[in-house]
Amino acid sequence: MSGEKITIALAGNPNSGKTSMFNAITGARQHVGNYPGVTVEKKWGHISLNGHDLEIVDLPGTYSLTAYSMEELVARDYLIKQKPDVVIDVVDAANLERNLYLAVQFMELGVPLVIALNMMDVAEGRGLKIDPDKLSRLMGVPVVPTVARKGKGVKQLLGEAVETALRQKQWRPLELSYGPDVDQALLELTGKFNGNSLAWSPLGARWVSLKLLENDAEVQKQVSQDPGLAGHMEPLRQKLRDHLRLTMDDDPEGVIADYRYGFIGGIYRQAVQETRAQRLELSDKIDKVLTNRLVGPLILLAVLYGIYQFVFWASEIPVGWLEGLFGWLGGVAEAAIPEGFVKSLVISGIIDGVGGVLGFVPLIMFMFFTIAILEDTGYLARVAYLLDRVLRNFGLHGNSVMAMIVSGGISGGCAVPGVMAARTLRDPKARLATILTVPMMNCGAKLPVYALLIGAFFAAREAQMLFALTLVSWGLALIAARILRWTVLKGETSPFVMELPPYRLPTLRGLLIHTWERTWQYIKKAGTVILGISILMWALMSFPALPEDQAAAWDAKVQAATTKELRQEVEYHKGQAELAHSVAGRMGRALHYVTAPLGFDWRTNVALVGGFAAKEVVVSTLGTAYSMGEVDPEDTVGLSERLAKEPGWNPLKAFALMLFVMIYAPCFVTVAVIRNETGGWKWPLFAVAYTTVSAYVISFLVYQGGLLLGLG
Amino acid sequence: MENFETLRMLRVGQQAVIKKITVGGEMGRRIRDMGIVPGTVFTVMGRAPLKDPVEIKLKGYNLTLRNNEADHILVQTEEG
Repeated sequence: MSGEKITIALAGNPNSGKTSMFNAITGARQHVGNYPGVTVEKKWGHISLNGHDLEIVDLPGTYSLTAYSMEELVARDYLIKQKPDVVIDVVDAANLERNLYLAVQFMELGVPLVIALNMMDVAEGRGLKIDPDKLSRLMGVPVVPTVARKGKGVKQLLGEAVETALRQKQWRPLELSYGPDVDQALLELTGKFNGNSLAWSPLGARWVSLKLLENDAEVQKQVSQDPGLAGHMEPLRQKLRDHLRLTMDDDPEGVIADYRYGFIGGIYRQAVQETRAQRLELSDKIDKVLTNRLVGPLILLAVLYGIYQFVFWASEIPVGWLEGLFGWLGGVAEAAIPEGFVKSLVISGIIDGVGGVLGFVPLIMFMFFTIAILEDTGYLARVAYLLDRVLRNFGLHGNSVMAMIVSGGISGGCAVPGVMAARTLRDPKARLATILTVPMMNCGAKLPVYALLIGAFFAAREAQMLFALTLVSWGLALIAARILRWTVLKGETSPFVMELPPYRLPTLRGLLIHTWERTWQYIKKAGTVILGISILMWALMSFPALPEDQAAAWDAKVQAATTKELRQEVEYHKGQAELAHSVAGRMGRALHYVTAPLGFDWRTNVALVGGFAAKEVVVSTLGTAYSMGEVDPEDTVGLSERLAKEPGWNPLKAFALMLFVMIYAPCFVTVAVIRNETGGWKWPLFAVAYTTVSAYVISFLVYQGGLLLGLG
Repeated sequence: MENFETLRMLRVGQQAVIKKITVGGEMGRRIRDMGIVPGTVFTVMGRAPLKDPVEIKLKGYNLTLRNNEADHILVQTEEG
C-alpha cells in the first residue's frame, strides 16, 4: 500500500489559481523545462505524502481540450500518452460554470479526476453559496474546496488525489448525451470500431468518435494512420457530419458544446445559490479608469515607460558588479597566464563569453519580475485590450508592445529580454513575428555606435538624429512584421477572445518563483550556446596569427620605440595588422566588393563582423582597424574625430552605416535566445538572413539615393 | 424567426442574451470554450480606444473579443 509512485497532473483554466496551487504544493522544489519539440513550458516537482512518492506535473493552462492551441494539444497529449494516475482540475469557484467545461472534458476522456474548488473566498465574497458535496455527487468526482493562495485545503486535496489514484486504476469515460441526432451518429461511428484494434488505449471508442464528429484534426490524423480504420471511417464521418448539419442547422461541434454546457448548467443550478444579483465588482470599477478610452492609453504609456525605467535602473548596479567581477577576473588571468594563445583564449574567449552570458542576467531577472507583476495583477490582458486594434494592422498582438519596448522601443533596451518577453503571446504566428522583428529596435548596444557616428558627422543635430533613428526602428520593425505576416508567417491570426481576469494582488512568493525559474532557464540554456559562439568569434578575430617574421618585425619596432607614446602607436598599428591578417579581416576584405555600393570599406566590414558578438563591438573593432587601439564604447570622442577627418567618410556613409547596424543580424546572444524560444535553429538562422539582407537593401538605397541627390 | 442583432451592434451598457453562434472551426470553438453559448445573458462593459475590441461581462467574468468575432454572435436585447 505504501511507497507507491503516483503521478498527479495539475490542470485548469488560466487564471484559476493553478499556478498558486502548484507553488503551494511543491514550494520551491520545482523543475522547469519544455515539452518535447514545442516551446510550451513544462513544470514539475516531487513531494512525498504518507510514504508515497508524488510527482506533480503542471499542465499548461487551457480552457478546453481541443486540438487548436499548442497548450491544449500538449495537455491532451500528456494525458493520453503519459497516463498520469490522477488529474487535479483546479477550478475557479467564482467562475464555476465556465471552469467546469474543462472538467467535463476530462470526464469524457475518463481520466481519474479530482476537482479543486479553488478561490472559495472570492466566490463567497461575490455572494455565491456552493455546496461541494452536492457538486461532487452530481459530477461523480471528488470535490475539495481550496484557497491555494493561502494554502487552505491543499493537504486534503492531495489526500483525495492519492486516494483516487489508488482506487481508480482504470479510465472511466463519462457517456454524456449530446441529443438524439449526435448520439445516433456516435453509435454508428462507434460500431465501426468493433473488431478493429484501437491501438491508443486508454481512449474509448466513443471518445474517438466524438472527436471525429467535432472535426478534431489531431484525432482524424491518428485514425487515418490506423490501417484497420483508415478506409471506412472518413466517408462515414463526412456523411454523419453533413447529416447533422442539415437536421440541426448548426455545426456538430456547436451542438456538442451546447449539450456540455447544458449538463453543467443543470448541475450548477442545483449546487450553487446566487444570494444576490450580479453587481459591479471592484475590478470593474478599476477598469472604468484603467481601460477608459481617454485616460487608459495615457496610463498605459506611463506604465510601460515606468517598467522600462525600472528594469534598466534596477539592473544597472548588479550589471556594474558583474562587469567589475569579470574585469577583475580578466586582470587576474592577464597577470597569471603567460603571453600567447592560451591567454588570449581565456581572456577574450572564455571570460568575456561567460561575462556576456551573466551580464544579461540582472536585466532578464528584472524584466521577468515586472512581467510577472503585470501578469499576476491582470493588467497584461488590459494592455492587449487597449493596443490590439493598432498592432493588429501589422499582424501583431496587443501584447507585442511589451517585447518591442523592452527590446529598445525606448532607446537603450535589449532584445535578449525582449525576445523572451514575447512569451506572453499565445498566438504562435504573432509571437514569431514579434520575436523576429524586435531585434531591429535600438538596443543599448547600438547606442555607442550611434554616438560615435553622430558625434563625428551630425554633432549639431544630436537629439534630432537619435529621435529620428528611434522612429525609423519602430517603423521598420512594424513594416517587417507586416511583411512577415504576409509571407513566411501567412495565415489567419488565432482568435483573440480573451479573458480579462479580475485584478488581484500578486503574492511575493509567486513573483519570485516566476522570476527565478525563467532566469535560471536562460542561464542554463542560452549560456552554453553563447559561450560556444563567443569562443568562435574570438577565434575569427585572432586566427591566423601573423607569420613569425612579420610578428618579429613588429616586436622589433615596438622595442625600438623611444617614448611611451610612440610605443603605443606602434602597438596600435600592430593590432591593426593582426586584425587584417585574421579570418575576420580577410572576410572584411573579401566583402569589399559586396559592400562597396554601401560606401563601406574593409575596416567597416570587419567591424560589422565583430558586431555580431555585440553591437558595441563595432566601435572597438573600428578602433583597432583604424590603429586607435581598443576604443572604449563609453568614450568615443577620439575615434569620432578621427573618422570625421578620414577620407572616404562622410555624413551619408555614416547614416547608411547607422541604418545597417540598426537592422542587420541580431547579436549572437539574441540569436541564441531566439533558438531557445522557438525550439530550433530554423528561425534564428532565418532572422540573421532576412535582417542582413534587409539591412543591405535599405543601406544600399539610402547611400545610392543620397549619391544621386548629391549628398555624398 | 425574428431578426437578431450581432454583438458588434450593441452599445456600451446594453444587456442582451446570446441566441446563436454562426461560426464553426477554430473561432467557433474558442468562442464556445470561453462560455459564449446560447442562453447566456451578458452586458457590454466597454470598448477599447479605437472602438475595437469590445469587453463583455457574463456569468460573473469579463471577456474581450474583436469586432470581427462579435459579428458571429447573434444576440437579442432585453427590450427587443
